[in-house]
Amino acid sequence: MTNSPINDSTIQLFNYTLQQADTCLILGQRLAEWCGHGPILEQDIAMTNISLDLIGQARMLYQYAAEIQGEGKSEDDIAYLRHEAEYRNALLVEQPNGDFGQTILRQFLFDSYNCYFYEALMNSSDERLAAIAAKAHKETLYHLKWSGDWMIRLGDGTEGSHERMENALSELWSYSGELTIPVEAELTAQKEGYGVDMEAIRVKRDQKIKEIFEEATLAIPESDFSHLGGKDGKHTEQLGYILADLQFIQRAYPGNEW
Amino acid sequence: MKTSSDTAGSHFNQCTNPLVNQSTIYQILETVTDPEIPVISLIDLGVVREVKIENGDVEIIITPTYTGCPAMLEMEKDIYNALKKEGIEKIKVTTVLSPAWTTAWMSEEGKRKLEEYGIAPPNPTNPEDIACPQCKSKNTILMSQFGSTACKALYKCEDCLEPFDYFKCH
Repeated sequence: MTNSPINDSTIQLFNYTLQQADTCLILGQRLAEWCGHGPILEQDIAMTNISLDLIGQARMLYQYAAEIQGEGKSEDDIAYLRHEAEYRNALLVEQPNGDFGQTILRQFLFDSYNCYFYEALMNSSDERLAAIAAKAHKETLYHLKWSGDWMIRLGDGTEGSHERMENALSELWSYSGELTIPVEAELTAQKEGYGVDMEAIRVKRDQKIKEIFEEATLAIPESDFSHLGGKDGKHTEQLGYILADLQFIQRAYPGNEW
Repeated sequence: MKTSSDTAGSHFNQCTNPLVNQSTIYQILETVTDPEIPVISLIDLGVVREVKIENGDVEIIITPTYTGCPAMLEMEKDIYNALKKEGIEKIKVTTVLSPAWTTAWMSEEGKRKLEEYGIAPPNPTNPEDIACPQCKSKNTILMSQFGSTACKALYKCEDCLEPFDYFKCH
């Protein structure tokens, strides 16, 4: 194993790449929990399709992160052998699936970020990140369309479905803001030119949320309080349970392969 | 993509292995099909981007359709095995991300084969206007944006009542 000195700017690029990879992987894992449990077959398939896309995006980013790190680790090492505090995913994506409405809201709050994030990242000065973003962006357009349509259908559906969406909002709204509040790695990334302008994304995302909520007859909560810390490795208790599931095989049988 | 003119290097290599030239390799690749949609070749799908020949080494450049498409690994293996079977020894399959794959790279022949097979081909000019591959009626509705594989959506024909897959624009 080489002992190449990783300098500060490499660490920031590594953290920036890892953050998006972790966020995609954890949401992909959450959505995969729906496999075989969806309310109807088509939506079961939709959720696992989106899960697959997100895990695919995570893989590309992990592969890149492993190269940046330069310690000879693989994408699997990074995904399976890190502890909670080393995960940099946003808190929203680790929240439980709840009912279908809660899953839809979590997905919409994420997609409305993710789609604009990749759109902007296509202009990254880092060629690899730009290439991954161009590939992933096309996929997220379908995700956003799907979750947005379901927001409207459930919000503006029956009394029961509307109530469930309101309940979901009271569970998840306070995790929404973190996605567009930049941490150090993101501020550095923007300054260095390989990252995106988080404020520009926030504006686009807020507009999309407003538009969809209006059509869904849902009121945007007044509070702008947001839980923070996920992107710096401080997580809710949920992540531990997810990793226990995700990492069990590699922890119990190191190096085991399919 | 296809080119009939060989590079100087591959002419040289014909002395050692006559198979190592652009047109033969493309002919072999025409026989490698999508593992999920066995009627369309990887050439027709637009996944094969380039064939490089250098000193008798063959490198096939491919690009993934979707980031999480589980068929990509199969495609790599299938390309390798098809070339190996024809007696080509030094083979490398390389995946590149950029430029990102698009259904615009699918050949007309590929689209025709898809429709014959029962999958409506991508319609970039009017994605709302999807014809049923069975009865050709345009009276169809979208059932789900997500279908049996990452690249397909699920539709239903309102005239013949058959459900069918639509290959999404991407």
